[in-house]
Order: sequence, then structure tokens, then C-alpha cells
Amino acid sequence: MRAAVLILPVFIFILVSFAVPVVLLLSRAVIDPSIAANLPKTVAALAEWDGKDLPPESAYAALVADLHDVQARNAAAFIGKRLNYEISGIRSRVITSARKAAAITAPPYKEQMIAADRMWGDRLIWAKIKQSGQVFTTFYLLRVLDIDRDVEGRLVPVSADQAIYRTLLWRTFSISLIVTLLTLILGYPVAYVLATTPPRISNLLLVLVLVPFWTSLLVRTTAWFVLLQDNGPINDFLAFVNLTEQPLHLIFSRFGTIVAMTHIQLPFTILPIYSVMKSISPSYMRAARSLGGGPFYSFFKVYFPLTLPGIGAGCLLTFILSLGYYITPALVGGPSDQMISGVIETTMNLENNWGKASALSAILLAATLVLFYVYNLFVGIDKVKLG
Amino acid sequence: MKKRLVFLAIGGLAAGLAMPAIAADSLTVVSWGGAYQDSVRKAFFEPFMKETGDKIVEEEFNGQIAKQRAMVESGNVTWDVVENDSQTVLAGCAEGILEKIDWDKLGLKRDQFISADASECVVPSILYGTVFAYDKSKFKEAPQTIKDFFDIEKFPGKRGLEKRPFVNLEWALIADGVDVKDVYNVLATPEGVDRAFKKLDTIKGNVVWWEAGAQPPQLLNDGQVTMSSAWNGRIYKAITEDKKPFAIMWDHAALDWQGWTIVKGSKKVDLAYKFMAFAGRPDRQADQTNYISYGPGNKEAIENTNPKIKPDLPTNPDNMKTGFIVDAKFWADNGDSLRERFNVWLAK
Repeated sequence: MRAAVLILPVFIFILVSFAVPVVLLLSRAVIDPSIAANLPKTVAALAEWDGKDLPPESAYAALVADLHDVQARNAAAFIGKRLNYEISGIRSRVITSARKAAAITAPPYKEQMIAADRMWGDRLIWAKIKQSGQVFTTFYLLRVLDIDRDVEGRLVPVSADQAIYRTLLWRTFSISLIVTLLTLILGYPVAYVLATTPPRISNLLLVLVLVPFWTSLLVRTTAWFVLLQDNGPINDFLAFVNLTEQPLHLIFSRFGTIVAMTHIQLPFTILPIYSVMKSISPSYMRAARSLGGGPFYSFFKVYFPLTLPGIGAGCLLTFILSLGYYITPALVGGPSDQMISGVIETTMNLENNWGKASALSAILLAATLVLFYVYNLFVGIDKVKLG
Repeated sequence: MKKRLVFLAIGGLAAGLAMPAIAADSLTVVSWGGAYQDSVRKAFFEPFMKETGDKIVEEEFNGQIAKQRAMVESGNVTWDVVENDSQTVLAGCAEGILEKIDWDKLGLKRDQFISADASECVVPSILYGTVFAYDKSKFKEAPQTIKDFFDIEKFPGKRGLEKRPFVNLEWALIADGVDVKDVYNVLATPEGVDRAFKKLDTIKGNVVWWEAGAQPPQLLNDGQVTMSSAWNGRIYKAITEDKKPFAIMWDHAALDWQGWTIVKGSKKVDLAYKFMAFAGRPDRQADQTNYISYGPGNKEAIENTNPKIKPDLPTNPDNMKTGFIVDAKFWADNGDSLRERFNVWLAK
């Protein structure tokens, strides 16, 4: 009990600064009251509407009544914003309609609304109001999986010029996987050298691994930005030794992104493997060799399996960190190398669409947890060792 | 007596505390950064602060409407005056995120301004051209037309384009053979938009996308691109001041206006008016032409324009032989959906 009191401060800190904000932000992916709160009468009037034809006059009357309130509260922008997510480009038409509706005081409402904007004579917008009329919504989660609802409410794939998120998710995972494998291939021998050379040399080598590790990610990314430029040192050297005529397309490319990310992630893979290797007694290998095992056989049969917990820890660390990469693809990648974090940023800051940004985060989190579960199933998280 | 002294002391203390707050009352003005920001600082911000004693806090942006929408929606408006481009002025005015301008309060004559009748929310500041700029040292023969921009074989090297659909789609259609007069009619159809993106596809792999106006001269200078779209004033500045071997290809230049606007919900509307009245003055607008080659929005400033820059103005008839005027209304109506499509196209 007393021990519990001791961890209370850190528990409260994590709760307030991490758990609560995360839950609050993620909840925006499924909770959006903007239509339900601003057009309550319209949503109620549409409850009985079968969606086959234009809604009845009563729905138009409810809409005009709602828009009167909306104008009084100056809230037309929220409806415009929400419906613009559903039907791209109608934001200002909705806002203008709200202003015009405020001047409508007597029936017939239907004709007057259609006169205000002809989109009210199309059942699409009514279907969208009905679909988005609940506080709880699956709209954002469906959208980030490139799924939309059609005018009948059926799930359909979004049009090809809007479908991007599945590609993006796949891209994020494949870049992370490639980076993880590259760091493993490059890092494993380094870790082996670090663990097996005498301390006098290995300490120096360890510093060479640690100094980049301690250097800011932004600094290292900027360094790659300079190196990879069309007339940067790498291309200048290649031209100097007459290997290339035209500068190689290194920056703003997938290649540049993967190279820079691999470099930045290397220490994260090396260090856990190194510390596990450090704990393996050299006598195991000697015993294997003296019992007649060849160098490769002994290595793969004895040494390698002992390093698996370190490989697991290093790769898991690198993979999960890679999933969240944002600065590096933004600086050295091209537009088609952007990963999910970069898109979450532009969705929040440029599109101002927090629901979609939360849904993207939720999908990324869910996919990571699933991978983690699968990893646990096959490798076992208890096998992971950081040292 | 004693009570009164205490009262006075507290009052004095409170006043003392309040004083800095009043003196620090400042106007946040947002413009486009880089060489352009330098010109507005010299022509407007600094003289305004000197003349009135009011303080201006500068910020920079790349023309995004989203940030202004977010401020108005959240009720946390930290930008007071923003120099928006035409499409953002029209969209922002229709959506109610920009204040309507009371010209009587401003004390300026609306009919003195070019394009002021396009929107109720703006005091026009400049006319600028979106043009093609290239590095003369990279080509034996100078590119002449928009077709050369899209011809990577004849004019090798990467191309710089702004990371938004604005003007790029018009140019793509023109390069694909659409007559300038019909560009917006074609672009208003779904097939026209497809056609524009298809044309952009032909150079997509060779494009470096820029976001801030200061980038095109930088990209040209670094050799990262050999030709780039750019705002004419930025290139003028790089040629005249930094002595760069750049040149402007005026073929099919896109002419557009921008102007000062007040974000709805700004707590400093009166000060904003004071600044905009100052920035709209003919002498100030003429002074700006000493620093950058954009056409003044106030017609009375034109006669006092720096004669040296006249040949480089986007309004010079020689430069606008094949040029066109950006249809601000088209972009205000279709900007949201085209931007969305553009971003998806870009990320593919």
C-alpha cells in the first residue's frame, strides 16, 4: 500500500499528461456533434425520410428553422466545415445558404431553399446530413480506409482521385520494415565487433555509435539534406571521378528517405543487440568449435540464437519508432514518400480536419498494437532483452 | 486620509502594472515572408510605427486559409491583419472569416483601388505575377514559351512548382493546347481537371515543389532546379540585388491581386483600420516599389512608381502579351476541392 503511494505522483503525471490527452484526441475520430448539435430539427425531420426522393416540405421547414438558430449563434462555419468533408468544395455554399435562409420567414420553404442554392434540390446533401446527424460517427474511420457512404448509405470505395490512405498506411509500414531490416543487416556485425574486441578499442568504437545517437534527429536529417543534394558532396564526388554524367536523384526521393532513416535508427538497433552479445560468454563458441562444429554452423547453431532477444528488442524499437517518422521524410523525401505522421500533421494544420487526423492516429495505433500482438505470439515479448 | 493614501497607492500600483500592457498593445500583421516581407516592412511597418507610435508584430505565412478558419472557429484570433491573395479574400469574405471593410471609416476612396470592387473585405495592396524563372547559365538557348517548361528533353533539369493547384492547373491546360480564353471554362469541368492533372503527370517526377515564395530563387541558386514558377518580384530581387544569372520568361504569366484584410474576431479592429488606411496611402504604396517589382493596388500610386522597375512590373503591357488574369472567383469556389485532389495526386 505504501509502495502504491510512492508511485502515485508518476501515475498521476502519466494520466494527466499522456493518457487523458490521448483518449480525448482519439475520441474525436468517432465523436463529432457538429451536425447533431447545430441542425437538431432537421435531423429529427429526416428520421422518417426513406432517402428515395427529395425530403418532404417539413424537412425544409426544419432546416430553415435550424439555420435561423445557426445564424443567431454564428455557427454556420461548423456546418459548412463538416459537410465540406462529405462533399468536397461546398463549404462556402452552405455558409451562404445559412445566411440566405435567415431571411426566409414564410413557406414554401422548399422552393425558397432550392432558389437559395440548387444543391438543396439534390438528395445527396440531405443523405449526408442524415448520415452525419449522430454524435457518434464512423465517417472519419471509414474515410482513412478510403471508404465512403453513397447516397443510399451503402459502403463504397471513395473515388480514385480521393483514395490515398490505404496506400499511405502500406507505405508507412513498408518503409519502416525496410529500414528495420537494413539497420539489422548493417548493425549486427557492428554490434558483434563492439562486443568481442578488447575494451580499449571497443570503447572508442562505442563512442562512434553513441555520438550520432546523442545528436539531435533534426541535425542529422539536415546533414543528409546537404549531402544528398543535386550538387551536394556525394553527387560532386561522383561527377569528379566521372562515374555519373547527370547528378543522381538522391534527395526528395524514397532512396534518400530510407538512407537517412536507416542512419538515424542504426544505434537503436545496435545497442540492444550489443548489450545482449556482451552477456554471451565466449566459452560457448569455443565449446562449439572444440566439439567439431564449423565456424558457420557453430555461429548459427549456438551464437545467433542467443542474440535473438537483442535482435527482437532492437528491431521492435526501430520499427515502432520508424512508424512515427515525420521530420525526415518531410525534409529529404518527395511528396510521394510522406508517411502517416506527416499526413496527420497536414490534416490537422492545413486541412483543419481533426476528426480525420484522430482517425489516422487511431489506425496507426491499432495497426501497431496488432503487430505487437503478432510479434508476441511468435517471438514472445518476454524474450525481448535490452541488456 | 490614510485610507485615501492606501487607495491611491494601490491605484498607482495598479496603473503602473497596467501601463506596460497598454504600451504593448500591438497589431499582428501577417504577410508572405522573404523578400516581400522586407518590402512591406520598409514601406509600411517601420514608417507606421514611427509615425503613429503603435507597435506592429510581424508574422509570415504561405497564404493558407486553414489557419484563419481555425482561429475564427476556435474564437482565438491572434492574427489581426492578413495580406491575403484574391481567392482567399473571396472565400474568406463569403465564409465570414474576414471583416467587411467600412471605407468611410478607413478614409480612403474605394474606386481608387484596382479590384477593390471584387470583394467587400479587402484593401488591395499589390498586383503580382506568377511567372516562369530560369537560370540563364543552364541553357544555351533561352526558353521562350510555356511548352518549353514542360519539355524536359529540350530544356533539361528539374522544375520548381508551387505546392498547390493554383495557376499550375491553368498552365497545364495551356501547355496542353487549351486557349487562354477558355482555360477556366475547361477547368470548370471534371474532364478539364483530369486533363490538367494528366499533363502535370508528364513532369511530376521532375518537379521539386516549393511552399514559400523565398524558395524558387533558392532552388535555382542551389542548382536544384533549372526552371521554376515564381512570383515575379522575388526573381527581380534576386537578379538586381543578389546579381543572380536568372531571367523571367513572361509567357503566359498569371496576374493576380492581393490585399489587406482583417480577420473576424480581431480584438484590434480600430488599430487595424489605422494601419490599413496607412498602407493604402498612395505615397506608401509608391514607396514599396522601391523595394520590389509589384504593381501598386492604389491607382494614385502608379505615377510615383519607381521608374526603374516599370519594365519589370507584371502590369507592363510587354510582359502581359500572352498573360492572363487569375479568376479569383473560380478559385474561391473550387479551391477546397481542387486542393484536396491535388494533395492526393501529389502523395500518390
